[in-house]
Amino acid sequence: MHSFGYRANAVVTLAVTILAVMCSMASLSDNFNVPSPTAEVKVLNINWFQKQANGNDEVSLTLNISADLSSLFTWNTKQVFVFIAAEYETPQNALNQVSLWDGIIPSKDHAKFWIHTTNKYRLIDQGSNLRGKEFNLTLHWHVMPKTGKMFADKIVMTGYRLPEEYR
Amino acid sequence: MIWKGLMCFAGSESPVVVVLTGSMEPGFKRGDILFLHMNKDPIRAGEIVVYNVDGRDIPIVHRVIKVHERKDTRDVYILTKVKKIQNAPIPLLFLCLQQTNRHLIESSGDNNPVDDISLYPQGQFWLERHHIIGRAVGYLPHVGWVTIIMTEKPIIKYLLIGALGLLVLSSKE
Repeated sequence: MHSFGYRANAVVTLAVTILAVMCSMASLSDNFNVPSPTAEVKVLNINWFQKQANGNDEVSLTLNISADLSSLFTWNTKQVFVFIAAEYETPQNALNQVSLWDGIIPSKDHAKFWIHTTNKYRLIDQGSNLRGKEFNLTLHWHVMPKTGKMFADKIVMTGYRLPEEYR
Repeated sequence: MIWKGLMCFAGSESPVVVVLTGSMEPGFKRGDILFLHMNKDPIRAGEIVVYNVDGRDIPIVHRVIKVHERKDTRDVYILTKVKKIQNAPIPLLFLCLQQTNRHLIESSGDNNPVDDISLYPQGQFWLERHHIIGRAVGYLPHVGWVTIIMTEKPIIKYLLIGALGLLVLSSKE
């Protein structure tokens, strides 16, 4: 029972077990963090709004996004993935969520940001339902930890509306 | 002790997969392990999902960027951003894939500026719920390198099994 093999096995097993326990404790410590992020999105301009050849509406927007997500960062946070989705309902679809812009926040220093951008991904409807459509802009974030469970949440901002006519 | 821990994982519903490519960096790097889970909740934008497309045997892990959910059949169209994974040799898992809802989803890899349409088979523009194996809910860095090495250099796998065999034979008391 004292051979090298047995000792090595015992040490490695203990090491891996302790590592696993430490990783889960690190992940559990994230639960104590109570985040209080803020965000504001303004639609500065509707650049164009057309119906494509295949019958789907497409719109291009310029957004101004300002947010403070520094309360999301803990010692166990590797990065925060943040994105803005336009959410709306159509007669055919109960829910449409289209991501307009996303970004990665690598550290707490970058968590308070202000950005002026056109949509990174195309806002294309399934069909031609966007004229005069009211939609929400939701800022979602996904906290990616150094180890453990990932958290996600969002802020819903309502009150946006697309123009009645194509331009 | 390790095996008992692995058996615990096996008893649960979460499969474990290893990240093969760098398309989700800096979030997930090659060699990381992802814990997956699947339940009846509808797929929503931003979730990291693992899916199979017809014709490819290696599942892909990407983030959902578009969701169109039908009112009646609850079809969901998904587009995702790319990240290739492979199943860890840790056995398991059975996923409770509920196929009551069909979602059309678009996805994209965090490191890829475009969506995944080029990965889907010809003529397929969206993912549906039945393509999705699970969502990533947790993550362990670097642990998956063992799997990658054993898959890409099978000689190491044989060496390891040979060494373990020798150990068993030589430790008879």
